[in-house]
Amino acid sequence: MPVVDLATVPLRSLNADLHKLPQNTNETHWTIRNPGGKHALAVGLDAPVTVEIEGHVGYYCGGMNKEATIVVAGNAGVGVGENMMSGEIRIKGDASQAAGATGRGGLLVIEGDASARCGISMKGIDIVVKGSIGPMSAFMAQEGNLVVLGDAGEALGDSIYEARLFVRGTVRSLGADCVEKPMEAADRTALAGVIARAGLSDDVSPDEFKLYGSARTLYHFHVDNASAY
Amino acid sequence: MTASLKPMPAAPLSDMPATAQTTPRFSATFDPHTISEIQRAAATGIYDIRGGGAKRKLPHFDDLLFLGASISRYPLEGYREKCGTDIVLGARFARKPIHLKIPITIAGMSFGALSGPAKEALGRGATIVGTSTTTGDGGMTPEERGHSQTLVYQYLPSRYGMNPDDLRKADAIEIVIGQGAKPGGGGMLLGQKISPRVARMRNLPEGIDQRSACRHPDWTGPDDLEIKIEELREITDWEKPIYVKVGASRPYYDTALAVKSGADVVVLDGMQGGTAATQEVFIENVGLPILAAIRPAVQALQDLGMHRKVQLIVSGGIRTGADVAKALALGADAVAIGTAALIALGDNDPRLEAEYAKLGTTAGAYDDWHEGRDPAGITTQDPELAARLDPVKAGRRLANYLSVLALETQTIARACGKSHVHNLEPEDLVALTVEAAAMARVPLAGTNWIPGSAGF
Ligand SMILES: Cc1cc2nc3c(=O)[nH]c(=O)nc-3n(C[C@H](O)[C@H](O)[C@H](O)COP(=O)(O)O)c2cc1C
Repeated sequence: MPVVDLATVPLRSLNADLHKLPQNTNETHWTIRNPGGKHALAVGLDAPVTVEIEGHVGYYCGGMNKEATIVVAGNAGVGVGENMMSGEIRIKGDASQAAGATGRGGLLVIEGDASARCGISMKGIDIVVKGSIGPMSAFMAQEGNLVVLGDAGEALGDSIYEARLFVRGTVRSLGADCVEKPMEAADRTALAGVIARAGLSDDVSPDEFKLYGSARTLYHFHVDNASAY
Repeated sequence: MTASLKPMPAAPLSDMPATAQTTPRFSATFDPHTISEIQRAAATGIYDIRGGGAKRKLPHFDDLLFLGASISRYPLEGYREKCGTDIVLGARFARKPIHLKIPITIAGMSFGALSGPAKEALGRGATIVGTSTTTGDGGMTPEERGHSQTLVYQYLPSRYGMNPDDLRKADAIEIVIGQGAKPGGGGMLLGQKISPRVARMRNLPEGIDQRSACRHPDWTGPDDLEIKIEELREITDWEKPIYVKVGASRPYYDTALAVKSGADVVVLDGMQGGTAATQEVFIENVGLPILAAIRPAVQALQDLGMHRKVQLIVSGGIRTGADVAKALALGADAVAIGTAALIALGDNDPRLEAEYAKLGTTAGAYDDWHEGRDPAGITTQDPELAARLDPVKAGRRLANYLSVLALETQTIARACGKSHVHNLEPEDLVALTVEAAAMARVPLAGTNWIPGSAGF
């Protein structure tokens, strides 16, 4: 199974090798040493392989991921898993801003905290943060589930569309058009599913969470909403 | 009148001179359109939204003239002597630069803003003449990819429909920072146009009034942009040219920062540039006319030693080959057209006058593209209206129009003695107005005065 040391191998050749992997590759487990906070690590993958990164990564690790499983034994910079389509990205440490931004599918698990704008413009991805998330998270979130075991910062879910935000701890404040909603059976099932996929079923129960989502009052331009535009 | 004065005997009405009453006088400040806007605002309580670009009169390419050949410069023969129009975009970093036969591209317009047949027609027309089309704020459709030989994939703040498969299918990537009609504004698509298909492509509920983000979600500022460009290059294995599109506002610095961030191509869009739907106040009051933006952008490229290495595409009110030639002479490598391309397809066709009248407008002034009721079937998602546009015939009209633009550009270039349209230069131009002379940095006609330049 390939072991790539980024202290000696250029990032370009690592990404190129990962892109060349066919769907049925036998090289299904990659270990990356000395990532050194490099940006754009393991981006654009399109095969069911596992990439374990032994250290911290810079911006956009796992960007636009399809099918691959990426595990970062360290912290992640801005935009980890941005626009991911499928597969799984797991960050053992903390994540910087815009984690999972615009993600359209797959699962992003952050075992530490996530900074501001976690899940911004998310479009179908499931994000689980074991710690807390920063301000302006799930801004304009369109689809998918954001599950936070800790607390959420200011203006959670500002201008949110149809994404579901599940928070176990406290929410500092809600953004425009984001409200607490009763948890229906379907919401609970979805939440339980995400928790299970993240491997946290033994740690938390869906009953511990509150659900936040769109009040849908900004869905149409209207004089009474003028202050929100 | 005072009591001491004897009243004049009243003249019989029929003898009254015609000037006794003045004609109704409209205010230049409160002109009829302004008054109607105040009345509209008072009635609805929401700003006016429309399509198209700035409609006010602005300094433009019309204010420039070419000098042509003379004793000291000799012209080229039309038809016999070659005058090249081809162009390469993206050779700075991309492994697969783009080759176009003419320096006129089709600007980004979204599926959503435009109907499926309209997007198809753009692809067909552009492909016939060997140029590119561009996706828009709604992702890439298979029809579009299928009909456009060279397709530029926009990477916008909203990221609607963004996915790595389409990224890999694209021939180039255009990171949109802003648009000339609304530098600093996000997209809008009103509920009438959020059809089931559009909604699915954008992951939005059907029928809502969509406001898209005005800033990119995962980067801010030029240092981040550089990393974002690196990511897109890594995802696509450094194959595709990467363009950066900005609305004209601070063209010198925006161009310089785009180049420093690693762009292959800079796209600069002036305030006359069209939009599918934006607040009227934004369209008319924010940004620079393209005439004022080209020279600062070219200056930035020259200062960095990157002119002709990083290509500059300009847009915003390009209508004729003369406009194209003037843009190139000022230093652009190519132009992009939006509004004119839609007109070539059949937008604002006088034959539809009766239907425009029903919408309270008239052919030539129709700009309620956001309402989705376009009788020409172009700016709509209504299947019945969209079916009115024959993509093959409309594509042919666009190809004809693009050919005329290219021929006109060559006509002017030959008259100036140039064997390639890129050899046009500012020295070939003069300005008709002091404003245009200052903005385009060419002398006022008949003088050697360039306002603002040293030596005056
Ligand atoms: C109907 C329509 C839709 C547009 N959609 C987009 C878009 O999605 N993204 C973008 O960057 N620009 C968009 N634009 C702006 C064009 O890309 C281009 O900048 C402009 O049309 C050029 O000016 P012109 O219309 O005067 O030729 C749109 C323009 C029109 C007319």
